[in-house]
Amino acid sequence: MKRVQFEHSAIPYLFVAPQIIIILVFFLWPAAQAIYQSFLLEDAFGLSSQFVWFRNYEDTIFSDSWLQAAGFTIVFSAIVTFLSLALALLLAVKANEVIRGASTYKTTLMWAYAIAPPVAGLMGNLMFNPLIGDMYKFLNAIGWDFDHKLDSFDAGFVVVLISVWKQVSVNFIFFLSGLQGIPKSVNEASMMDCRSPTRRFWTITFPLLAPTTFFLMVINITYAFFETFGIIDTTTRGAPGGATNTLVFKVFQDGFRGADLGGSSAQSVVLMIMVLALTVVQFRFIERKVHY
Amino acid sequence: MKFKPLLAALALSSGMMTSTQALSATEVQWWHAMGGRLGEVVNEIAENYNASQSDYVVVPTYKGGYEDTMTAGIAAFRAKEQPHIIQIFDAGAATIINAKGATVPVADLMKDFNIEDYIPGVRYFYADSAGKMIGLPFNSSTPLLYYNKDAFAKAGIDAPPKTWEEFEAIAPKLKEAGFTALAQSHSPWIFSENFHSRHNLQMATGNNGYDSTDVKLLYNNDHMKMHWGKVKEWLDAGYYGFYGRAWGDNQDAFVQKEVAMWLGSSGSFGGLTKSADFEFGATFLPYWESIIKEPKGTFIGGAALFAMAGHDDADYEAVADFFAYMTASENQVFWHKETGYVPITQAAYDDAKKEGYYETTPDAEIGILQLSQPGGEWTKGYRLGYYVQIRDVMYKHYDDIFSGDATVDEAFAAMEKESNALLERFNDTYK
Repeated sequence: MKRVQFEHSAIPYLFVAPQIIIILVFFLWPAAQAIYQSFLLEDAFGLSSQFVWFRNYEDTIFSDSWLQAAGFTIVFSAIVTFLSLALALLLAVKANEVIRGASTYKTTLMWAYAIAPPVAGLMGNLMFNPLIGDMYKFLNAIGWDFDHKLDSFDAGFVVVLISVWKQVSVNFIFFLSGLQGIPKSVNEASMMDCRSPTRRFWTITFPLLAPTTFFLMVINITYAFFETFGIIDTTTRGAPGGATNTLVFKVFQDGFRGADLGGSSAQSVVLMIMVLALTVVQFRFIERKVHY
Repeated sequence: MKFKPLLAALALSSGMMTSTQALSATEVQWWHAMGGRLGEVVNEIAENYNASQSDYVVVPTYKGGYEDTMTAGIAAFRAKEQPHIIQIFDAGAATIINAKGATVPVADLMKDFNIEDYIPGVRYFYADSAGKMIGLPFNSSTPLLYYNKDAFAKAGIDAPPKTWEEFEAIAPKLKEAGFTALAQSHSPWIFSENFHSRHNLQMATGNNGYDSTDVKLLYNNDHMKMHWGKVKEWLDAGYYGFYGRAWGDNQDAFVQKEVAMWLGSSGSFGGLTKSADFEFGATFLPYWESIIKEPKGTFIGGAALFAMAGHDDADYEAVADFFAYMTASENQVFWHKETGYVPITQAAYDDAKKEGYYETTPDAEIGILQLSQPGGEWTKGYRLGYYVQIRDVMYKHYDDIFSGDATVDEAFAAMEKESNALLERFNDTYK
């Protein structure tokens, strides 16, 4: 039998090369380094090192502070993801229905998109400053004995609020374009069949938005896990106690402030495994329910 | 054209840069952590030095905060691109000194080095267990009590408290006058490390960590627990204000007249003079008379300059020459006056006194006087590994005491356990 073989040049490889090189240099190589470092006890300056198997994992992962950070990270990520998706969806649906001044609404809702997490954190810091912060004063004025410097719940509230605020506009943009992608004819047909807008939303619009929602969920979980670093770093820095410490922030604190490379590498390897597992779960079990 | 002056300025400044760099002088890279006004003073010192001779050129580079600077130095050393001089802070001293072969000791580098030239409080903090100076103390400060004179007058109090017992007596009066009596900017430094120095208490085994890395922290002691039990009482009674872990948050509370007294650094003096719109005074760090009758000196905070290993001999001559310039009396006096940090040599202190500096600004002398108070067995300093993380552990448990999530006993027991685990890791890594 004659095998069909297409002649091809090296050009396709050339086109994918930049992407491959970027992944190699900025992901695979550092990841390999982290895995290697996680088995070593090495002084910060790299002058002496010993291979210690899983010592770094035992020391850091089973410590109270890591477990506390892991617990907070999971709760925090779940809340931030849910709230930023839910609020953005609500706003997008409402903005989509607005006829007069539609673009003003949309622009106003979108422009927080351009704000980087550390900047959002610094703004939040000012608003919640105990001496000059308007939000701090407002919350205390309405009878909430608010003190995020000492109360774990209040501190969690601050970082969640800032993280959600920063992310809502990104989700809003995607949801809005998703909504506008739903054919008018489908909407019109559903209007004839069903009078309740709420029911129409859950049976027609929401399922049609599922691909967008799924994509945003993946993006938002990653955001809550990693990108909120800038917000934590500029606001609570893990305080009070270790109540708002996230895993990424702890990796940074131990590795970059504390010069404990082995321990910090072990933590980042565990974090990598956690995120990989989460991604697999998302694509395996949740994506199945999504119809494109 | 609008842009012409700008272009001309650019051309001029770049021309100036190349003209200084064109000289075939040995370049000395100096990485530091002095931002804002302090950074300007650092640049001025380097410029003055470069103008004073033609053999060497010192190039200062601001690398961010203390931790950022240390991390940058570590990364550079691993990549064999380390600067000649790096500024390392008190809590990071163990990391650089215990890494054998990372630095060249100052005592070996400088000709005619005599440790007795330095004021007692700074001599041994950055020295090894044999008393040989490794890092050159640079920006040295010590905790002081600042007080708002207007607030004191309003409350009818004549003098700031010498002891914590006196503090307890006046705190209610200040509260009545509408002030929180006290805030403080660095619990590990002021209410832990210097608490031990002031009361001459041992803070870690192995000679406060100087003799070995195989050590245990001794913070979980009755005096510390008594003190923190009191601080929590003060907080609940409204005599103590906690505005967060950040240094500035608590200093702001003092500047904005929320609190009447603030424990900060002797190096805060210059900044307070500019920001406070009321008359304030500085005095010694209070102590518990119930623990010690005659308080001891405190030890320094701040940072030191280390000469990093791996350069040519000729480069080290340049570093030594610059260190000699830095420690020269007139430059120390300049640094002292501009920043509020204490002069590190006895000669510089004497010169500042002779000039009459302390007659016009007596508060600037308090830090040096406190550092020169009689030393005890445990006032030399400490050398503890992973101390940056241990300070985080301390902050964490102090938060828990304040919020009531843990009792004082629970907090100190947990602090001891976590800190000793870190010390054990450090010992296994650096032994």
